[in-house]
Amino acid sequence: MTAALRTQGLSRSFGALKAVREVSFTLEPGARHALIGPNGAGKTTFVNLLTGALPPSSGAVYLGADEITGLAQHERVKRGMTRTFQITTLFPGLTVLESVVLAIFERKGIAASLQTRVANRTAEIHEAIHIIRELRLERDAGSVTRSLPYGKQRLVEIAVALATRPRILLLDEPAAGIPAAESGEVFGVIAALPREVSVLFIEHDMDLVFRFAERITVLAQGSILAEGTPQEIGADPRVREVYLGDEAARG
Amino acid sequence: MSVAFSLPDARWRAAEIAFWIATGLVFFVFPSHLVLASQVLITGLFAVSLDLVLGYAGIVSLGHAAMFGTGAYVAGILARNGWGEPLSGLFAAGLAAAAVAFVTSFLALRGEDLTRLMVTLGISLLLYEAANQAGVWTGGVDGLSDMQVRDLFGVFPFDIRGRTAYLYTLAVVFLVFCAARRVVHSPFGLSLRGIRESPRRMAAIGSPVQRRLVVVYTLAGAMAGIAGALLAQTTQFVGLEVLGFSRSADLLIMLVLGGAGWLYGGLVGAALFLVAQSLLSRLNPVYWEFWLGLLIVLVVLLARGGINGALTRVSARLGLARRQA
Repeated sequence: MTAALRTQGLSRSFGALKAVREVSFTLEPGARHALIGPNGAGKTTFVNLLTGALPPSSGAVYLGADEITGLAQHERVKRGMTRTFQITTLFPGLTVLESVVLAIFERKGIAASLQTRVANRTAEIHEAIHIIRELRLERDAGSVTRSLPYGKQRLVEIAVALATRPRILLLDEPAAGIPAAESGEVFGVIAALPREVSVLFIEHDMDLVFRFAERITVLAQGSILAEGTPQEIGADPRVREVYLGDEAARG
Repeated sequence: MSVAFSLPDARWRAAEIAFWIATGLVFFVFPSHLVLASQVLITGLFAVSLDLVLGYAGIVSLGHAAMFGTGAYVAGILARNGWGEPLSGLFAAGLAAAAVAFVTSFLALRGEDLTRLMVTLGISLLLYEAANQAGVWTGGVDGLSDMQVRDLFGVFPFDIRGRTAYLYTLAVVFLVFCAARRVVHSPFGLSLRGIRESPRRMAAIGSPVQRRLVVVYTLAGAMAGIAGALLAQTTQFVGLEVLGFSRSADLLIMLVLGGAGWLYGGLVGAALFLVAQSLLSRLNPVYWEFWLGLLIVLVVLLARGGINGALTRVSARLGLARRQA
């Protein structure tokens, strides 16, 4: 089976800093794959290379069988790869409903239309309401995004991403900055996604990683240190060393 | 569907209808102020055009006069060279201004806010000097005055009291405003607001952000050009100041006064600015700008969101009071 998403020798430097080096990575169809690593390991840069927000210094990205290294970000979204952001990146002045409807318009290619009126697009509005209900945001649908509590905004991040109907979903710390009690809710939503959606997520909370990931890649200093099932990664001494650092060495 | 699930619909509100009826009544109530009233409508249309670009799409500009001036000169030059039919002149001016906007958009839309301010300012200065140099066509510093604008529909001459000019201006401004209103309520309009709120997120949901901005900049350019042409045709004169820096800067002030991202903000702001200018300069021909400056500072500091922001807060408070009563 061809991989959902694959990179070949992907690298990116910022001046002298090699943020991502020679990463060859495969995301299988239907995966629940976690990308972990200490701060500054290059995880977010790697996601930016996948989505096309940053051009790579070298290497290639493949979506299915097609090379997409040169495609613009919005063209990659059209091909079914969508991301969310570690630092909430929403439309602060739009309501939740408007935000989700907008993403649906973009997916359907009618967002440039001058022919119709937003309020008359009942099919898209109904679809948006469906997504909003799935994320249990229906009471906030009419609220302006910036007025919502942070935990809700993290759910809106996911709602907007889902509205693009991704086949591949890249989640950059989806539960970042919300209390542990609520982070389970965010991951519950992710776990409930259909298997047609392949999910790659960056996460720091190891409990969440080991609960929800079926495969884990460890990134350290820009390259892949280890990859395997949660059991394999949990038992890998190199991973323990990276995470526990000198403490483990001394201990 | 419950309230939470409704989107702002495009129906005309009572206040909007009242607003347009009032602009019509001006014709009967202030027959001796029709020249000023026409100026207000024309400048208001120009401000609505900036609102599409700034208030909706979030593109800052200090050079919107580039398109206004282009429209004014095209209409003026046509009318001086035997093409005096006003409606086709208006159309040609809109097309020419759209072309200028389209071509310059690739420069003006680069970079962040400060870059955009400087590039748009630079482009309008370039056009200003170009018009100054091309004196054969534009009349240079003396302006372009020997225009021959024909009767509207071949029936109504542009009279000295500005009666035809006002009704002509009002009709054109209303129609172009309706077009802008339609843009704002369309999916395209929602995508512009999305870009204003977060270009990064727009790219992440698959939106070709740059292309959208080029489209709205071009559309707004056509509107500004039509406004410029209206000024040329109704005053039968085009001076270099149609491309001047202060025209762009005053426009920004008007839009902030009226409130950006609201469409009516441009019209209300233009009315407030020009009427205040007219009254204050009569009171004190030398120092009137002092009071105008004071007004601007007060509105920006005390009434966030301009007139629109103030109205929204007042109506919210009234609504609250009613609920408590």
